[in-house]
Amino acid sequence: MIRVQAMPFDPGGELNTFSAGVEGAGAVVSFTGIVRDVSGGLRGMEIEHYPGMTEKALGALRAEALGRWDLADALIIHRFGRLEAYEVIMMVATASKHRKDAFEAADFLMDYLKSRAPFWKKEVTEAGEDWVVSKAEDEDALCRW
Amino acid sequence: MQVLYFAWVRERIGLPREEIETQAATVNDLVAELMAREARYEMAFADTSALRVALDQELSEFDAPLEGVREVAFFPPMTGG
Repeated sequence: MIRVQAMPFDPGGELNTFSAGVEGAGAVVSFTGIVRDVSGGLRGMEIEHYPGMTEKALGALRAEALGRWDLADALIIHRFGRLEAYEVIMMVATASKHRKDAFEAADFLMDYLKSRAPFWKKEVTEAGEDWVVSKAEDEDALCRW
Repeated sequence: MQVLYFAWVRERIGLPREEIETQAATVNDLVAELMAREARYEMAFADTSALRVALDQELSEFDAPLEGVREVAFFPPMTGG
């Protein structure tokens, strides 16, 4: 399942629901992304996205993960809109019979979400607003797959 | 066609989307047309290596043809996750 939403969500509750739906999978891996306050003066974060393309891109990523690894299921939830420091931005979860497949597929999904899903983050600090700049290492990470 | 702008591209141009009548053959031709319009477009498209383009909601390239395309989107590199 993929979900793109403005509403906050409870990653623990989502993980329990996901795990209950893949009974017998044996291995469930999850990652939760949280708004960081690197500079110490973060007031919040604005996440813009491209409605329509976002859902397509996440659906294609999930389908690719399901095709490449032996997965029982994969979950992607990503928020947009205004978030405060330490709020949950997104999560992925993967379920498999095999630990390695679950870990690798989750890692793959995270690498691609970083630089191939149409989201743009803007940090709002006491000093003003700044778009988060993509890192070359995020682009390089895609070569692993 | 519908032309969409996101993040700082949207801020520099000052609108999120617009309908554009064009005969541009490729994305690069469309960019040249837009840049010739006004300074704000020139500013937004000054360095296309810092930009990405999607055609009908699929990532594409600046030398891609526009024939049959209904929606073009310009944006900076994505920062999801």
